[in-house]
Amino acid sequence: MHTACMANQRTGAQIIWECLVHEGVSTVFGYPGGAILPAYDAMLDYPVRHVLVRHEQGASHMADGYARAGGGVGVAIATSGPGATNLVTGIATAMMDSVPMVCITGQVPSKLIGYDAFQETDITGITLPITKHSYLVTRVQDIMPAMKEAFHLAKSGRPGPVLVDITKDAQQAAIDWDWDPSPVKMRGYRPKQTVSRPELERALELIRSSRKPIILAGQGILQSGAIREVQQFAERVDCPVAMTLLGLGGFPASHALSIGMMGMHGEAWVNHAIQEADLLLAFGMRFDDRVTGNLKTYAPHAKKIHIDIDPSEINKNVAVDAAIVADLRETLQEMLGLLGKCDHGPWLKYIASMKGDSAVRDIQTLPDNGHLYAPHVINDIWRLTEGKAIVVTDVGQHQMWEAQYYHHESPRTLITSGGLGTMGFGLPAAIGAKMAKPDAEVWAIVGDGGFQMTQAELSTAAQEGVKVNVAVINNGYLGMVRQWQEFFYERRYAATPLRSPDFVKIAEAHGLVGLRVEKRPEVEDVVKRAREAEGTVLIDFRVEQEDSVYPMVPAGADLDAMIRRPPQPSVLAETAADPI
Amino acid sequence: MHHTLVALVEDKPGVLNRVALVFRRRAFNIESLTVGRTNEPGVSRMTIVIDSDQTSAERVTAYLYKLVNVLQIEDLGAIPAVARDLALVKVAVAGHDRAQLLRVVDETRAHIVDSGEQTMTLEITGEPPHVDAVIARLEPLGIIEMVRTGQVAMRRGDTALSAAQYA
Repeated sequence: MHTACMANQRTGAQIIWECLVHEGVSTVFGYPGGAILPAYDAMLDYPVRHVLVRHEQGASHMADGYARAGGGVGVAIATSGPGATNLVTGIATAMMDSVPMVCITGQVPSKLIGYDAFQETDITGITLPITKHSYLVTRVQDIMPAMKEAFHLAKSGRPGPVLVDITKDAQQAAIDWDWDPSPVKMRGYRPKQTVSRPELERALELIRSSRKPIILAGQGILQSGAIREVQQFAERVDCPVAMTLLGLGGFPASHALSIGMMGMHGEAWVNHAIQEADLLLAFGMRFDDRVTGNLKTYAPHAKKIHIDIDPSEINKNVAVDAAIVADLRETLQEMLGLLGKCDHGPWLKYIASMKGDSAVRDIQTLPDNGHLYAPHVINDIWRLTEGKAIVVTDVGQHQMWEAQYYHHESPRTLITSGGLGTMGFGLPAAIGAKMAKPDAEVWAIVGDGGFQMTQAELSTAAQEGVKVNVAVINNGYLGMVRQWQEFFYERRYAATPLRSPDFVKIAEAHGLVGLRVEKRPEVEDVVKRAREAEGTVLIDFRVEQEDSVYPMVPAGADLDAMIRRPPQPSVLAETAADPI
Repeated sequence: MHHTLVALVEDKPGVLNRVALVFRRRAFNIESLTVGRTNEPGVSRMTIVIDSDQTSAERVTAYLYKLVNVLQIEDLGAIPAVARDLALVKVAVAGHDRAQLLRVVDETRAHIVDSGEQTMTLEITGEPPHVDAVIARLEPLGIIEMVRTGQVAMRRGDTALSAAQYA
């Protein structure tokens, strides 16, 4: 480690890295610049891998993907001004999806703050509504407390992004310094919540008297590490489990009690079941509007139990009958000690009977007209990777098809921007995920629109020697917007047709392998080649241009008022007995 | 309906901004906001009056509580409380009978805190409706300048709002 002139003398820049190392950070994503130069200079003496991105948005998405895949805290670093503002989209993405992230930005020297200095921007002000908390640090002695609190805040309670803005003079100044190993104490921050006994009793009573319960499994399952407990609970209560988009992987898709995704593009039978249920058990989810549809008609017959670590989520969108503000895992452990075995055979059988005209079978009803369909591609990738890959998506149709046709068995294998819906998230988040899980097979499934927003990060993947398989679901449109135009704007395709460059050549220009698929029979071979190739591979899947995602609950409509894929009776009849 | 929210917050830069943001994001208009010291070191007290329905007030309270620098929060809307507002009112005395103004002062427990050749400045303290009433009586006399502090409030009885447990 670095030896300064006095034994314990450290500059602020060094303290930043000392803190990162003490917090267990081994990889950071960033982009240097004037106000953060002292920190970059000090970096060379510390055992931390720095990934040079091509745009700071890439850094925040990579840190996000890194955190979601690995379960730790992602770290992004940028300079002041434009460097800091470029992080903003990634910070907002992490905020909406409760991702633990620490962003470190350089700030102009403290004496220049407020004087419109070169590359000065009020980044703590700008990010106030999209961070869990933030710090403006102007003195070297304040760096360690801010860094320690930032990590504590990012990962505890309901996780989220924290920004630490450090002036250049604070980085340059030196003090006698030692790591303070004492735990962080913050007066106004009390993330640890205990289970309220009366609420627990009320919840148990509702569970015992329910005949048609459904578990709504959200991302809280992953964050509280309650995978096993949810499974035990579901089996004990004999209760079907529906998942939110971010909850996918929190409960094995192949489990007999898994009924699939709920909401706007969820399975039809799941949405119908929710509307008929007499009890909803919301586990670490927040009743997002994409999940509930019209709140006035949502689950009209159901009592609701909400378990969430964030008290502000209780009664926010849906008024509940029992609310437990606590860690999900601890709550379920307590419940399991008090619950006997239930039997909901008739209810489960009823839900199974609704699968007759399912969304999943839509994949089989697509006409074999020689065209390539995105659901086929994704289903094939699932089959060929045996469902074991970490899949990172962008935002749009391909994202919903991924959720429908790639069946996730284990947590943190689907990484997607759910809350903010950030196009451009996919590729950089996939690079971050691969850094966190170097031994895992990582696929970025992206659309031709979103991919081009952060395509430059291919260059980062090439420079870092990271292997990510990039499947571009290329339909020549901003597909989801086009779908809305088709359904709700009389097919007036305003600004959605998209002419893209030759993606194969783009890959090749980066020294990477680029492949193209135009017909279904080619998929298997190309996917195999991609998996075997060294380094990042891009596959340009030229899919059907005007396919749509079904079923679809129009925004704000009743949850069971779904637009279904136009029926194709002959095929339906053939496959009805054997849904996949 | 008026809600009087009382928040104990850490006395740190930017806290007012964070609190205000919770209201701004939801396009709530703050009717009055006062901030001041408390008996506890490092703890400031905010009294925020908003006009909103019960649900919105509950949402805002929940979000305020979530802020890292907010130690305690309570809605005094449904709790018996003492509330005070203070106004300074500069009234013209040139054009009318000075005695008329002095009568208002006498009858309303207002204080004369300053007087010039053309004006007289009054201090009015009391429950907000009382302050409203006095101002209404002064209006015909010609108000030249006015400022109100906005209300501060506190629970009645022995129960106290304190951040001591979070020291």
